[in-house]
Amino acid sequence: MKIVACIKQVPDSAAKVVVENGRVFWGDAPLVINPWDEFAVEAALQLKEKHGGTLTVISVGGENEKEAIKHALAMGADDAILIADPALSGLDTQSIAQVLASAIQKIGGVDVAFFGRQAIDSDSGLTPAQTARLLNWPALTLAAVISVEADTIKVDRAIEEGRQVVSAKMPAVVSLVKDYGEPRYPSFMGIRKAARAEVPVWSLANLGISAPTSVIAWPEITNPPSRNVVCEIITGSSPEEIAATLADKILAEKVL
Amino acid sequence: MKTWVYIDHFKGQAMPASWEALGAGKNLGTVTAVIFGQNVEALAKEAFENGADEVLLADDVTLADYRAEAFSSSLSKLAAAASPDAIFLPTTTRGREIAAMAAIDLKTGVMVDVTAIEVQGDSIVVTRPIYAGKLLSKETCSTRPQIVTLRGRAFPKPATQAGRTSTLTKVSPAMSEADIKSKVEGYTTAEAGVSLIDASVIVSGGRGVSNNPALTPPGGLDEKQTEIWRAQQGFALVKELASVLGAAVGASRAAVDAGYVTYSHQVGQTGKVVSPDLYIANGISGAIQHLAGMRTSKVIVAVNKDTDAPIFKVARYGVVGDLFQILPALTAAFKQRLGK
Repeated sequence: MKIVACIKQVPDSAAKVVVENGRVFWGDAPLVINPWDEFAVEAALQLKEKHGGTLTVISVGGENEKEAIKHALAMGADDAILIADPALSGLDTQSIAQVLASAIQKIGGVDVAFFGRQAIDSDSGLTPAQTARLLNWPALTLAAVISVEADTIKVDRAIEEGRQVVSAKMPAVVSLVKDYGEPRYPSFMGIRKAARAEVPVWSLANLGISAPTSVIAWPEITNPPSRNVVCEIITGSSPEEIAATLADKILAEKVL
Repeated sequence: MKTWVYIDHFKGQAMPASWEALGAGKNLGTVTAVIFGQNVEALAKEAFENGADEVLLADDVTLADYRAEAFSSSLSKLAAAASPDAIFLPTTTRGREIAAMAAIDLKTGVMVDVTAIEVQGDSIVVTRPIYAGKLLSKETCSTRPQIVTLRGRAFPKPATQAGRTSTLTKVSPAMSEADIKSKVEGYTTAEAGVSLIDASVIVSGGRGVSNNPALTPPGGLDEKQTEIWRAQQGFALVKELASVLGAAVGASRAAVDAGYVTYSHQVGQTGKVVSPDLYIANGISGAIQHLAGMRTSKVIVAVNKDTDAPIFKVARYGVVGDLFQILPALTAAFKQRLGK
């Protein structure tokens, strides 16, 4: 099978993210592979291990943004492509999906393209479905369980009401949720291999497309209003007394 | 402004956020409810009672189960013909996906999971949390229709008017069964309980719920099994309080990663972002990822044995103490006060 995993590099989830003078800062927090994309790489590796084939990871970003790619290579991906182009900064999700769909087409013969459910920075969660739509492939999103038989892929989708079991003929786009199971840690050998790997960089010219036009603008990013709460510590001579006071205070808030 | 609102439902049961989206659309002018499914005409009646000026209903066997391609194709085909200024959808798993695909078809953009909407001239300006709410972003869309998904519980439910009715237009789905690439093979149901996203009250547990020193675990368990056993006893207390309050059960990532409860309970940056009226955090220290997922809750209550736990910085009420004593006492206090 020819498998692709699309990954993004983001500030670590523990980062304290703030806006100063209209720009977003995350201090000295490391840039890492988007946590949900680790599940995409894991699912891709398991599929490859079971059915044979190759796994290529694709990432869109600046030329220095290789941490996410290195992590995926260290987990066991065969190779990687970084799509970097000055025209790619500040693109909206529709535009990123166009770039990814073009890359998947250029790679050619891809059976499954895996994605994480969403990125923890922009929190959009649109790219998997949009890339599928542009490729005219079915999108099996929010997959918790995946199986492949002959040319059909079947997933259990994690939806509000439980799980929806959906199947489709490949090629298909699959996005992953955390229920899939823990992603593996990179092995020592994998880390060494990733450190030495030469990652080809594709420009938009390589993809044969012109710069997509963003239709979504984000003119202003702000820090959320601070919660001006003063925590009232409830004390008492016994748990029962504390609980009684607390219950009365909560009832007085009229939130029940 | 002419706004369409996609009414998301599961087997004819509307998601509450669908009506909130309808109310938000109504504030901007005329609103058309769009309903897809099979045997779902009852939803049209509900849409009128919630304020819809018009309902477009595609009731068809190919729409019996939600499938991304079939539903988004139908929406984009209808919208291409009628050119609404905006399309609103609730931010549900289905709503987000239909919005994503319809935007590609209609060559426009999506503003996702928004918590506020204002109108400037003939454009919508939304506010949406990014980085799980660590920041807020204002967004606009230069093309039409402006597709927006609205976060549940961020907009008020419209007042209903019993018996209110208006124009119902029946429409056909865009795709035939032969053209739809995916097949729905069935469903497995979730564990019973209140859904986190819709919950107005959430009672959560963290790693602290496994630390009850008063318990003696049964023999024959290894270290990990003992920890899980302890956590289950702790979460039983969380669930009892939740049951008395009609609340959903939440958990920190630490508790989920340790195997205490399933991922569907996780609140935080890589779990669910929630905004209930009341959030009671038990044995949760308040890592930044967790706070990001619940900090907009109206009233936050924290029970923790560590005075310095960051959770107290966002809490309105705190108890520094042993949750294994406080929780049962709180459950009893509410039982008495709520007459349960």
